[in-house]
Amino acid sequence: MYGINLAKGLMVTLKNFTKKPFTVQYPEERVKQHPRFRGEEFVWYEERCTGCASCAKYCPLGIIKIVTSPSETAPAEGDKYKLELFDISINRCMFCGLCVEACPYDALFMGSGFEQGQYSRKDMVVDIDQLRQADKHPSTFFRPQLEDTGYDPRADRPLHWQEVGREGWQWHQREKMGMRISRPVPSDLLPDEPKVDSSFVEDNPATPALTPAEEAE
Amino acid sequence: MNCVLGSDNILNDTVLYRVIYEAVGQVLPCGMSYVVAGLAMMLLLVNGVLLGAGLFSWVERRLIGRFHNRIGPNRWGPFGMLQPLADLVKLLTKEDLTPRGADKLVFAIVPVVMVAPVILVMAVVPFAKDTALANLNVGILYILAVTSITSIAIFMAGWSSDNRYAMFGASRGVAVLISYEVPVVMSLLGVVIVAGSMSLDDVVTAQAVPFFLVQPLAFFVFLAGTSAELNRTPFDVAEAESEIIAGYHIEYSGVKFALIQAAEFGAVLTSSAVMVTLFLGGWSGPFASYLGWAWFLMKIGILAFIFSWVRATFPRLRIDQLLAFAWKFLLPLSIINLFATALEVYFLRDAAGTLDTTDLWFMAGINFGVAFACLLIFGTLIKEKVRPAGPITGATLSTGEAD
Repeated sequence: MYGINLAKGLMVTLKNFTKKPFTVQYPEERVKQHPRFRGEEFVWYEERCTGCASCAKYCPLGIIKIVTSPSETAPAEGDKYKLELFDISINRCMFCGLCVEACPYDALFMGSGFEQGQYSRKDMVVDIDQLRQADKHPSTFFRPQLEDTGYDPRADRPLHWQEVGREGWQWHQREKMGMRISRPVPSDLLPDEPKVDSSFVEDNPATPALTPAEEAE
Repeated sequence: MNCVLGSDNILNDTVLYRVIYEAVGQVLPCGMSYVVAGLAMMLLLVNGVLLGAGLFSWVERRLIGRFHNRIGPNRWGPFGMLQPLADLVKLLTKEDLTPRGADKLVFAIVPVVMVAPVILVMAVVPFAKDTALANLNVGILYILAVTSITSIAIFMAGWSSDNRYAMFGASRGVAVLISYEVPVVMSLLGVVIVAGSMSLDDVVTAQAVPFFLVQPLAFFVFLAGTSAELNRTPFDVAEAESEIIAGYHIEYSGVKFALIQAAEFGAVLTSSAVMVTLFLGGWSGPFASYLGWAWFLMKIGILAFIFSWVRATFPRLRIDQLLAFAWKFLLPLSIINLFATALEVYFLRDAAGTLDTTDLWFMAGINFGVAFACLLIFGTLIKEKVRPAGPITGATLSTGEAD
């Protein structure tokens, strides 16, 4: 009958009227984000970085610029570099994550943010100071050691450099040759139950540093 | 100076007016207090209607948002209630443009001509017992006369804008308004016959049974016809955004646009108020002598919800479908309703020419049967003239016979 479908249409909208709206009030509410989200503001740990520039080489867009110079702190060792520049021109970045996959020392992580909009293109270049000072909420992308701990970059606390590596590697057992800075872990950053084995920390009295004899084995 | 309104004065029935008049009459001469009381009532009415229009624009946006599973405006004020204020401030700060080829005088007075009938209608609607501004004995005629000014305003807007889209919208709008005027008036005749009066106050007191039960067909025709006259979504060919951008008010901006919008939203409220008075029993309800205004506002709210619901549901009709709906469907229904009502009243009324409650219930029963029979018959007679699509060939494309 002509007109019966009008009533049906009214009922359809009335049914939707009683449903809960699916709007997410964005600045106050957020959609739950996957820990592997490849976001902005790369998380970079200066302590782990050797300046090998693998990330710059692997970047398909060539937007990472690294300038290193021999470190004045230990020039005799010859292999310690000081990072002068670490610029990521994030305006052309496509967040493929190849730089993170390329990093041999787990020093570079994808970030978890998406709110770094800027008014100027100049501001889109993330320089070394920004990378140093940014909150370290690394994405678990290509970092199974983080994923295994169940780390949620958006909800959990920032991670310290000693908590994020694949520490099974021999040269990570202690401060490696390329690592220049040995700062103790601030106590407020230490988890109550360390998710990652931190026995490699040299100044940890519970686990003394490996002796040269052990190292030789 | 003790000023007392004459008992033959048309404003004597309005309690609020009489109170203001007598209070002001203590200090001012009677002639001046007459004017002052009138201005006070005017202030109340105009601000009431315009504030109501603003509030309704927010309510409708929230409601339609919820119908679409959204939230709607909720950023400013509690639940976004100050959104109309934000819209108003935005529109007031916009440039008030007049097209170069426009008829400047006509173009400028259109918003006023649009808002005026909306406010004028409220003058005769009784908000509560003895609270209408004027208890006209030709109230229904007055409402019909005043609301038809809108079609002139729409045509003025379209004609003076010097814009083809505005002209399209205006001619569509006038076609729709004139077409729907006929079934709406015919449906109101049934109400007038049953109530035995054109005064809205008498219509309210006559509704021992609400007239949407006694006159279901008339209520349906009036609802459909009014939403067409309001240019709202299923019938909004006059300002169809996707076809002719904004129709007759395409060239309006700033304050003028704000007034036109206020007139559109206010018209929904005033139409709801008229419909409440004519069909839903007006201010009558439990404790009507104290809570009449509350019942009145509640019923307006229900009707406004129905308007928003219809708007959120139906897509726009084509102009020919729209006119066909008026002439081929609503007009026959209203004529049938008129005849049925006239016969029922002729046979049921007592010697004094009045109907008691039993008669009204009896009429309600008959008229519901008539309404269902009519809808069934017309629904079956008017087949949707959509043929199944045949194969599209080059011949049909070139001659345009595909439809």
